[in-house]
Amino acid sequence: MEKQNRRDFLKTAAVATAALSGLPSKKLKASPKNILSEDRMGVLVDTTVCVGCRNCEWACKEAHGLPAGNLKDYEDRSVFKTMRRPDTGALTVVNQYKNDNNPSLPIDVKVQCMHCDHPACVSACIVGAFSKQENGSVIWDTDKCIGCRYCMAACPFQVPSFEFDKAINPLISKCDFCFERTKEGKLPACVNICPVEAITYGNRNDLVKVARERIRKYPDKYINHIYGENEIGGTSWLYLAGTDFSKLQFPKLNNSPAPGVSESIQHGIFAYFVPPISLYALLGGIMWITKRRQNTDSE
Amino acid sequence: MNGFFKPALIKRKFFTPGVLILMIIALNGLIFLAGRFFFGIGAVTNLNNQYPWGLWIGVDVAAGVALAAGGFTSAAIGHVMHKEHLRSILRPALLTAMLGYTFVAIGVFVDIGRWYYIWHPLVFWNGNSALFEVGICVMIYMTVLYIEFLPIVTERFIGRVNFKGALSFLNKPVDKFLRLLDNGLGKTMFIFVIAGVVLSTLHQSSLGTLMIIAGQKMHPLWQTPILPLLFLLSAIAVGFPMVIFESLIASKSLKLKPEMNVLSSLANTIAPLLGIYLAFKIGDMVIRGTYVYLLEPTTQSVMFMIEVVLGIIIPLRMFLSKTVLKSPGLLFTASGLVIFGVLLNRINNFIVAYNPPYKFGSYFPSIGEISVTVGFVALLVIFYRIIVFNFPVISLPDKQFTPKNKYTVRG
Repeated sequence: MEKQNRRDFLKTAAVATAALSGLPSKKLKASPKNILSEDRMGVLVDTTVCVGCRNCEWACKEAHGLPAGNLKDYEDRSVFKTMRRPDTGALTVVNQYKNDNNPSLPIDVKVQCMHCDHPACVSACIVGAFSKQENGSVIWDTDKCIGCRYCMAACPFQVPSFEFDKAINPLISKCDFCFERTKEGKLPACVNICPVEAITYGNRNDLVKVARERIRKYPDKYINHIYGENEIGGTSWLYLAGTDFSKLQFPKLNNSPAPGVSESIQHGIFAYFVPPISLYALLGGIMWITKRRQNTDSE
Repeated sequence: MNGFFKPALIKRKFFTPGVLILMIIALNGLIFLAGRFFFGIGAVTNLNNQYPWGLWIGVDVAAGVALAAGGFTSAAIGHVMHKEHLRSILRPALLTAMLGYTFVAIGVFVDIGRWYYIWHPLVFWNGNSALFEVGICVMIYMTVLYIEFLPIVTERFIGRVNFKGALSFLNKPVDKFLRLLDNGLGKTMFIFVIAGVVLSTLHQSSLGTLMIIAGQKMHPLWQTPILPLLFLLSAIAVGFPMVIFESLIASKSLKLKPEMNVLSSLANTIAPLLGIYLAFKIGDMVIRGTYVYLLEPTTQSVMFMIEVVLGIIIPLRMFLSKTVLKSPGLLFTASGLVIFGVLLNRINNFIVAYNPPYKFGSYFPSIGEISVTVGFVALLVIFYRIIVFNFPVISLPDKQFTPKNKYTVRG
């Protein structure tokens, strides 16, 4: 740096600024598909209806090419002794909780991806492998994923799971809302098999109305809360229950979208590259002034 | 000005008992690392679906980036503000940053499940992702650091290119190329220096944005919208302590006299930087009212207290004292505390504060994870030693001059 005189400095500075401001800011805004359609679909899960037959677990595995075993084996109710979570081998699981109002009738809760309206995973994913589709499903593109697991750290429902025991091509797994099946006009596998119609597939906005109607009709049966209607900005999957959701291990979340704060900070720092370029210019100015002062000093 | 100190090669015996111990530690880490590549991340780490990120992200990556901040803070003060009397620390700080970031990149490489897709962020962009920003910035900054190091390489080889035998015809062209490179770099280096500072402020803060999206999964003592600012301020505060710490270790290990006048002058700037960081940290706690959590006897509250008291308040008080500034031992302790505080802060943010809604146990790093992390640190030190033995990085007293007065009074 000693060899450089002031004119060189200015000349190169101008070139550098020009080069920097020409950065592909348009491209940087590129973000994955994240559609919030009015017509998006949803599922209403009525935990007061579910009998815990776990047929949905079997159907889900069948539909996703996971080892499913015999449907008969799913009658085993001993699995309810411990809480289970969806993982790479089972994209949905049913957990059982005791019912304070009626101990003989335990409450069964199906767990899977909630398919948020403002998904944290879609916002977080470093390569934009997650996307929110027009039909409401949040899906994952295996070809892009680098396995960084930021989606898992970001997800407020702790849903995405990872194949920690695989050295090559470990997968991130989660419920994909049977994206391939619904494309062909079929019902999601779990909805299709449910023998008691505890889960209803339909337009999300209609489902909210259905849920409200049920609460209005049977105020003794349900608590006045549709979980997923507003949580974390709303989710495609909605739940009804006869007891407080915290007793069923639903996380207590506020109503603002999960990616809200981080995205506004992120876009604030990078607003059209103005802050970084200003900082660059400021530092360049300081550098030039101190250099000049030094030169005058030594003269 | 400090003309009697000049960057030179270190001429000593390379292998000492300490170096051999470091090599064993590094080898142990590499063995566990091989396990990760053959049997998957789960085979070596305690990570699972509840705790997707652990020691490698918290220490190797997050703390690694923070502790390499000496590179950009010293570049800002030395090259941008032209504090010429600090010249002798610039090269060691640059080397530490360069090696630090290299190991951060390696840390990311081993932690991601599909390491062979590490280049994907260059092609598939997600401007909403804080991690994308960190990834791209770190990649560019690492390149900038290597460019900043190039003049040291040219200085080493200009006029000394000496291929033997059949390759000897290359001597002249290579020397010419090096001179050309050196000349070009000399004229344009300031672009890279400023870019390095800008890129650092960007990704140091974005590293703080990372965990914001985890929302309520993160303990309120750490989860705050000003996390990016706190990360940036702490990185700036830890920059000089890291330079001092490393300089004192290097002097000890290479049997050199510590350049106390330069180090004291650097240390003088630490107290205000730590003070600003502390003010924001405490202010944030008061405004959000999170001090109520300090009364709960949890791991989190204890770790937070250790981080603030031992990592910020005590060293802050130490750096305000003239005695500390003049004593190598105390300076070493105070700098070490700041480093410990920032290291603990990153561990707290990424591991201790992370509280998943559904868990079947708690996370503590496995022997394998710790071995790999410690092994990387040992490797870094070995590489540092190799480079200072072969390139003019560390300033040594120039024999032509005998130091008469230590300070030059400036206008």
